[in-house]
Amino acid sequence: MDAFLLQLLNGLDKGGAYALIALGLTLGFGTLGVVNFAHGALFMLGAFIAVLVNRLLRLETVTIDPDQLTPWGTPAEIHTPLVQAWLGDFGAVLLQYSVPLSLLVAVPIMLLFGVAMERGLIRFFYRRPHADQILVTFGLAIVLQEVIKHYFGANPIPVSAPPALSGSANVGEWLGLGPGVYYPWWRLVYLSFSIVMVGLVIAFLQFTTWGMVVRAGMQDRQTVGFLGINIQRRFTIVFGIAAMVAGMAGAMYTPIVPPDYHLGMDFLVLSFVVVVVGGMGSVAGAVLAGFLLGVLQSFASMNEVKDLLPGIDQVVIYLVAVVILLVRPRGLMGQRGIMED
Amino acid sequence: MKFDNINRRVFLRASAVAGVSLATPTIFTSASRAQDFCNAPTGANVAFGFNVPQTGSYADEGADELRALKLAVQHLNGEGDGGMLNTFKGTPLKGSGILGKKVSFVTGDTQTKSDAARASAKRMIEKDGVLMITGGSSSGVAVAVQSLCQESGVIFMAGLTHSNDTTGKDKKKNGFRHFFNAYMSGQALGPVLAEAYGKDRKAYHLTADYTWGWTQEESIKNATEALGWETVKTVRTPLGAGDFSQYITPVLNSGADVLILNHYGKDMINSLTQAVQFGMRDKQVNGKDFQIVVPLFSELMAQGAGDAIKGIYGTANWDWKLENDGTKAFTKSFGQEYGQPPSQAAQTCYVQALLYAHACETAGTFNPEGVIAALEDLEFDGLGNGPTLYRGADHQCFKPVLVVQGKENPKDKYDLLQVVKEVPTADVTYDPSIFGGELGPVSNKC
Repeated sequence: MDAFLLQLLNGLDKGGAYALIALGLTLGFGTLGVVNFAHGALFMLGAFIAVLVNRLLRLETVTIDPDQLTPWGTPAEIHTPLVQAWLGDFGAVLLQYSVPLSLLVAVPIMLLFGVAMERGLIRFFYRRPHADQILVTFGLAIVLQEVIKHYFGANPIPVSAPPALSGSANVGEWLGLGPGVYYPWWRLVYLSFSIVMVGLVIAFLQFTTWGMVVRAGMQDRQTVGFLGINIQRRFTIVFGIAAMVAGMAGAMYTPIVPPDYHLGMDFLVLSFVVVVVGGMGSVAGAVLAGFLLGVLQSFASMNEVKDLLPGIDQVVIYLVAVVILLVRPRGLMGQRGIMED
Repeated sequence: MKFDNINRRVFLRASAVAGVSLATPTIFTSASRAQDFCNAPTGANVAFGFNVPQTGSYADEGADELRALKLAVQHLNGEGDGGMLNTFKGTPLKGSGILGKKVSFVTGDTQTKSDAARASAKRMIEKDGVLMITGGSSSGVAVAVQSLCQESGVIFMAGLTHSNDTTGKDKKKNGFRHFFNAYMSGQALGPVLAEAYGKDRKAYHLTADYTWGWTQEESIKNATEALGWETVKTVRTPLGAGDFSQYITPVLNSGADVLILNHYGKDMINSLTQAVQFGMRDKQVNGKDFQIVVPLFSELMAQGAGDAIKGIYGTANWDWKLENDGTKAFTKSFGQEYGQPPSQAAQTCYVQALLYAHACETAGTFNPEGVIAALEDLEFDGLGNGPTLYRGADHQCFKPVLVVQGKENPKDKYDLLQVVKEVPTADVTYDPSIFGGELGPVSNKC
């Protein structure tokens, strides 16, 4: 039972990340009809915004002390942290909370980046075949990766969670399962964060007039245009929002997996499977499929399952995708007409 | 005189005989002998090929290897302060190149992929005419490039590769390894673990699913079981899994009280960081403190694991903080050139370049036949690891192995590991036949 609960939490946690990435991807399909292979790279960029904020808070002045020598005989460098010198203890607290703080930076940067990406690159590919869209966005992803690698190196960079939220929570006791079932605090935070983000995006699309127009545009772009609404501009902003959600998801993910330049690619393929299983262009489908596949992947990794079916943890997602597409070719919640020319 | 019996056939035969007899003396000149082996140097230079990961997950280790190799070329050519050439006992190398030729080099990118590494090695051999290839940071790549060098008739001086297979099942006559291997890690680490954690322990292995992971799992399992430990479970994890939580949570309920992470590089950082997040180091199982072991440390990667590495045991081939002349000389010239201490990957590549040069100089030829004979059973000292033997039977170096531990209070990011014990060579020496494989014949033809 304990093992079951822990794997359920693992799966929901992973599913949260899948859902947040797939959410943005599916919005891109639904609104602009664009297959965006750079979406994983946006997740990675968000993670590196968290790294950058952490670095900025750690900025230090370097002075050379000729009296002390390094083991290889050159004068030693003395490092003095700037932020803490200016702000004292408050500076130290800022550094501890660098990951949540980085969200404040990630929101405007990623929103602008998304809009710039759509205006500067993607819009030239609307009338081109999907293969061209895939090539150009994949190329963009490689460029972004290499830029990040140039400035941050190839190795993963650790970013810690706030001390108050590191360590493990006694989940067993909360649920009355007795002691001994622990789960890392930050993973619980991430799970809650992803649920809130998903809720906010869906609420925005579902319960605001602005969102209603966007949904109408997804159904029938031409008619909405005839009503005098600049639907293209709204779609651009939706693309920006998708980039922002991916970036925020990436920033919050840094304490779980130390980010490196390749982080986005690790998520990209799975996120596409999530979108296809959920149904192209369906926001609710992406979220459902994200959590579903995350949980399935976790359960398939249990030793009891792996002993019966070795290697199943590697393929389960694709097997399930095949079965779902055979039974429901448009995915779990897919609608007629999206990406069907 | 009758010429009518000299027909075309007879004339050709006679000319051929004349031609051969005229050419005979040149067989004994060096210019002609140079054609006897692949890429024989004809000009004033001799070319080395540095095949290191310049992109991909191991790019930082590759960059450090390249720094060290460039330093080795400087020292061999008599530039800089000479580094370990000054401490290398009994070497004829004097910083005037090798056999009067200046050392030059070309570089290639392995991308830590076997096919890319073979392609770049092939280019260096065929297009740039290199005589020796060194570098690399993965056993999968090392085994692939080693077999290419064997086919192509050049020497392979392996970089960082820790699988038993490199000088075991997949060993080759043209390949040599200075780095230690998984078996030695097991033999060195076992007794230290038994002393620190007791002989009644239950271990759970998480293992990277490729040649290095498999041999390390086997070696550590055998070594710890011989000391009385029980192996509860061994689980293979895909390379680059990123999030290991689904493999870590089953450990919590398995009854194991030690987690052994047969991971390297990025996988090691992720699995270790996450195991710590799941509270494993604060846990008590079977009445004992739960422990984590990382049998092969990578210092460059350890920087990514942050605090998680404190107190954790592992092994290393070399450490810049060792107290011997070779280490001090190398750390000094590396530190002055690049402003940071060298990693173990850097040291092993630097030493390999020097050893190859030494072998050519003592053999008096660049012909792989002579070079291999000079390296086999070569005993040397003063290159940072103490007295070392290049065993002829499998081309594996034998030297003391370091057991290291994550430091509690590191001074800076280069001071993460402390050497706990130098395990003597005798304790890690083994019979070359236990891993099978055949060296085969020398290959020196293109």
